[in-house]
Amino acid sequence: MAKNITNKTLIDLHACMVRIRRFEEEAGKLMEDGKIPGALHLYVGQEAVAAGVMAHLSNKDQITSTHRGHGHVIAKGGQFSPMFAELYGKSTGYCKGKGGSMHISNMALGILGANGIVGGGPPIAMGAAFSNKFRKTKQVAVTFFGDGASNEGSFHEAANMAALYQLPCVFVCENNGFGEYTRQTNHQAVTDVADRAAGYGMPGVVVDGMDVMAVYEAAEAAIKRARAGDGPTLLECKTYRYYDHVGVRGMGLTYRTDEEVDAWKQRDAINSFEAVLLKQGVLTAKKIENVYARADEEIKEGVAFAESSPFPTEEDLLEDVYFVGATS
Amino acid sequence: MSEALKEGPRMLPYVSAITEGVRQVLQEQDNAFVAGEDVGQAGSVFGYYQGLLAEFGDRRIVDTPISEKGIIGLGVGAAATGCRPIIDVMFMDFLGECMDEVANQMAKMRFMFGGGATLPVTVLTMAGAGMNLAAQHSQSWEAFLAHLPGVKVLMPSNAYDAKGMIIAAARDDNPVFVVMNKMSLAMQCEVPAEMYEVPLGKAAVVREGTGFSIFAMGRMVHEALAAAKTLEGLGVDCEVVDVRSIQPFDSETAVASIKKTHRALVVHEAVRFGGFGGEIVAQLQEEAFDYLDAPIARVGAPFSPVPYSPALEKLYIPNAERIVAEVKKVLGI
Repeated sequence: MAKNITNKTLIDLHACMVRIRRFEEEAGKLMEDGKIPGALHLYVGQEAVAAGVMAHLSNKDQITSTHRGHGHVIAKGGQFSPMFAELYGKSTGYCKGKGGSMHISNMALGILGANGIVGGGPPIAMGAAFSNKFRKTKQVAVTFFGDGASNEGSFHEAANMAALYQLPCVFVCENNGFGEYTRQTNHQAVTDVADRAAGYGMPGVVVDGMDVMAVYEAAEAAIKRARAGDGPTLLECKTYRYYDHVGVRGMGLTYRTDEEVDAWKQRDAINSFEAVLLKQGVLTAKKIENVYARADEEIKEGVAFAESSPFPTEEDLLEDVYFVGATS
Repeated sequence: MSEALKEGPRMLPYVSAITEGVRQVLQEQDNAFVAGEDVGQAGSVFGYYQGLLAEFGDRRIVDTPISEKGIIGLGVGAAATGCRPIIDVMFMDFLGECMDEVANQMAKMRFMFGGGATLPVTVLTMAGAGMNLAAQHSQSWEAFLAHLPGVKVLMPSNAYDAKGMIIAAARDDNPVFVVMNKMSLAMQCEVPAEMYEVPLGKAAVVREGTGFSIFAMGRMVHEALAAAKTLEGLGVDCEVVDVRSIQPFDSETAVASIKKTHRALVVHEAVRFGGFGGEIVAQLQEEAFDYLDAPIARVGAPFSPVPYSPALEKLYIPNAERIVAEVKKVLGI
């Protein structure tokens, strides 16, 4: 483990991953119980990526997320109450119930949206990074996308332009081995998406996405580089999705074996990090227990808030289609 | 002002009106920039950004790769984070390359975010046939755009409107497409030197009349005016309405015209089937059915890609003769 990392950072990384894990487990249950409508794409298994990257970003930095976006939102500062309210379709949600799981966003937290379109995020993040450079701020824009999205033209165009203009942009590929239900070996000829970085003239880095410290350190370098004005990086995090593409057990498809899932669970990012923290005496078993208890308390409050919140009304239907008011 | 009066009307071609509008926006708004293919060194293939790179530098006149997804994405991301981008999509046909960024990102972001995002982005693009550029460089896709809640769509038919619409679009805090016409670039009219806006959502009655209403879009306004002149010789007093703003659409002006004339025709250069003219007809029958004395006629391109051959393209593009023929059919003369 890197020497210059404070115990506070380690504790925060752990808490962040636990909050994501517990939120997602609960959201999955609520969806299966029919309390949350629509489709949820859950982040369980990939927590180390969001936690490790977001540890280097402030609210002023921007991210674009994916359809599997709850983890990014939580790591970027999202609160459970407005998140659950959004999933429930309530007017107190982050998007007043108009976006739902796939479009959770909050401009104040620098979240330029989860995105229902695979590959939708990279061009937007590149645009935000262009804006950061144009406005001469030190903000960095990070785009999260999967191995599936790395085959979309939008990713390639955004990567080329970010490198061309040397934008403060970081491309974080969460390679979870599947584009929806199609295995990586069936959707691209490369093993490492990071290899593609060379085609755009930017560094490509591969890290173990199940190791939060590895992600933390690689993200630190990429984000520092971007912030210093030295251009973008493609950071590929090899990770795994424990749940199905949609929901928990989704449609019960047999595209992978339980043995494969279990093998990845043996390398679970949270469990292995907890073992390290215990060994180093950063956390005790009791303190770890408290982290889960606090997350569960947050969930309880969030779900109660969502359930007691009102649905949007007919008056809200046509609001926010356009900006209405004094133009600048 | 007094200088202009002394020197007579200040005539400017459409192409220069675009340049002037963009220049004045860039002077007014420090956070505005132009990005697109060949906008800088080349000054646009249509010539309307000539001189702007020298004047504003490459921070604000940004040559991009040929990457429409990236270009629109740049506009969306930059607009959401404090800039006011003017994005150039060289030919409207190229929107096919970035329909996701237009339809699923730009148009929907504000709504999906519950009003959280504001997108003051202007897209300038060139539509229209007539230059033998064939099926992929000649189309009029305004109806595509008008069908997307979240974007606004303008079609300037003349130099005055081109400048005023670019300024209005750039000052609006929504995504606005200004769909210009490549055959109109040399067309001149009086254009004031100062900044002015052509308001969004306002049609213009460009010729008053009492016997028949012609609702025309883009370059077809000039064909409609020519048709009105011919029809005047046949004793038909036509009113010509330049629709100008496709979304929002000015149904008030359209209804007022029909209440006066009781007969109408819509004309656009786009394919007639599924064209915006159908929306105008529908709104008029909804709002002014009792005032209609005849079915509303439609003139548009046939249901075919735009042909290359000059012989075929001439047959394809709607013109004054076809408008006259359709009006005569409605009137039974």
